Formats: sequence, C-alpha cells, structure tokens
Amino acid sequence: MRIRQDFALGCKAGLPIAMGYVPIALAFGTLAEQSGLHLPLAVLMSAAVFAGASQFMAVSMLLAGAGWIQIVTATFFLNLRHLIMSMTTAETLKHLPRHWTSLLFLGLTDETFAVLTLNSRQHNAHRASLAYVAGLILTAYAAWVAGTFFGSGFAWLIPASLGSGMSIALYAMFIGLLVPAVRDNRPTIVIALVSMAFSWLLHQVLDQGWAVVGATVCGATVGTMIMKRK
Amino acid sequence: MDILLIILGMAVVTHIPRILPPAFMRSIQLPSWFASWLQCIPYAALAALIFPGILSVQPDEPAIGLAGGATAIILAIFKAHILIIMILSILVTWLGSCWLV
Repeated sequence: MRIRQDFALGCKAGLPIAMGYVPIALAFGTLAEQSGLHLPLAVLMSAAVFAGASQFMAVSMLLAGAGWIQIVTATFFLNLRHLIMSMTTAETLKHLPRHWTSLLFLGLTDETFAVLTLNSRQHNAHRASLAYVAGLILTAYAAWVAGTFFGSGFAWLIPASLGSGMSIALYAMFIGLLVPAVRDNRPTIVIALVSMAFSWLLHQVLDQGWAVVGATVCGATVGTMIMKRK
Repeated sequence: MDILLIILGMAVVTHIPRILPPAFMRSIQLPSWFASWLQCIPYAALAALIFPGILSVQPDEPAIGLAGGATAIILAIFKAHILIIMILSILVTWLGSCWLV
C-alpha cells in the first residue's frame, strides 16, 4: 500500500508542473497545427521528445525550411543542459535502483528536475521512493501530451495570444521552489545571485541553451568557492 | 517521412543526456568536491532559468514579468502554497497586461 500512497504523493507534487505545462502544450499544439504539423505528428513529437523549448524551436525551424540534421543538432545543444540536471538528480536519488531510475529519467525536464531536487518538504518527510518519482514524472508527462492533443485538435478555438514562450506559471513555480530552498539554507543565495548575473551576461552573447548551461556551471562553481571560504 | 526522422532524431539526442548519468554515475566514486558542487547545481540552474527569461513573459514589456516575479517572491517568502503562488502570479501578470495593452 506504501507504493500506491507514494505514487499519489508524487502525482500531487507533479500538479504544479502539470498546471504550468497545460497552457504551453496547448500553445505548442496550436502552433504545430498552424505550421502544418498535424495532430498525430504533433502529439507524437510531444510524447517522444518531451522537451518544450526544443519542440517550439523545431516547428519554427521546419517553417523556415531547415533540414533534419540542423534541427536534430540544434535540439541536442539546446537540451544538453539536461546532462547536468540529470547528474544532480541522480545524485539526489542515488538510493533508488539504477535501471528504473534511468527509465524514469526519460521524463527529466527543467521542471521535474526542479521539483525533485529542491522540494524541501519531500526531503524532510522521507526519501523519495521510485513510486513517488514515477507519479511526479508521469503527471507532468500526461499534462504535456494531453495539452498538445487538445491544442492541436482544437487549434481553431485557441487564441493566438496564448503565447509561445514559457508562461509566467512556470517562472512562478521556479520561484516558489527556489525561495523556500534558499531560506532553509541561507548562504545559497550567493549561488542564485551569481548565477543570475552570469545568466544575464551570457544571454547577451549566447543562445538560450548555452546561456543556461554556462550560468549554471559558473554560478555553482563561484558559489561553492565563496561558501567554502566562509 | 522526413518529419518522422526529425522526431526520432530529436528523441534520441534529447534522451541520451537524460538517461546516461543514472546509468553510469554509480560505477564511479565521485570526488567529494564534485558531490558538493552538484549540491549547488539546483540553486544555480533555477536562478539561470528564471532570470532573464522572466523579463520576456510579455514580449517588449519586461515590467509585466517583473511584477509576476515579485508577486511570486513575496508569496514564497510568506510560505504560500506553490499552487497559490502560481495562480496569483498569473493573475497579476494578466491584470498587468490588460492594464498596459
């Protein structure tokens, strides 16, 4: 019965992610439909790739007439940040069986990473179990795929103003995770501020994928050094 | 056909970085400096994802994203539930864009 309970807890923890994903997935489905990537293919892309920013990029590159090698290469670099996130999450969840963790990490995104590593309530209550992680990731995944389906199927109903970028909902979720985590461990505010400064600088000269990777690495490195000296 | 190839290619290059670390990290003994560096990653990554991206929530109107972000920070400091934080930030952003546009 423990498994069912943990799975339900995981679904609950995934709810904010699902709430943030639905409007973006609706926007993606709509944009894909309008760009000639019709329902089965749009849903297939969401189900197979499950990485929002790169899917938007792929659709706009398709429209611009890019070839598959360009699109796949750009996707690789944009999503390379998941390597660092996966290493961090794997370290947090190292008590879980390896093969199952690898399988579940197919669903590792910026958002599932954020909740899995920074949800302080989860750490205080008990160590995250496999069922908890599965519930969290499957909730996020279901919202993404279902949102794409409805966005694509009901494109004519959805206003263009829904926007294609990341919505305020996910930024609010990130803030809602980061602020309490920093409050529990005050010196980490240095890491966050240094990383934001690097992120701002790097966004001026690099594309988004590399700017986030660069700022994360720099922020964590400088932060570790400063925190060690204190 | 071309589209299927693109989707397959995107899936492969997206999933490899996701699944490799849990598959291989445990065979290697991590040095302690690396483990403590990894502990700092969530703070750094979230900060980098939030800023400056939040400024472009409403294209050309950074004040709207900032207002939504400020709402979220204040509510988070007062320990509001994460769903409340999200809903009120959406509301503030929505009101802000109605007022400005």
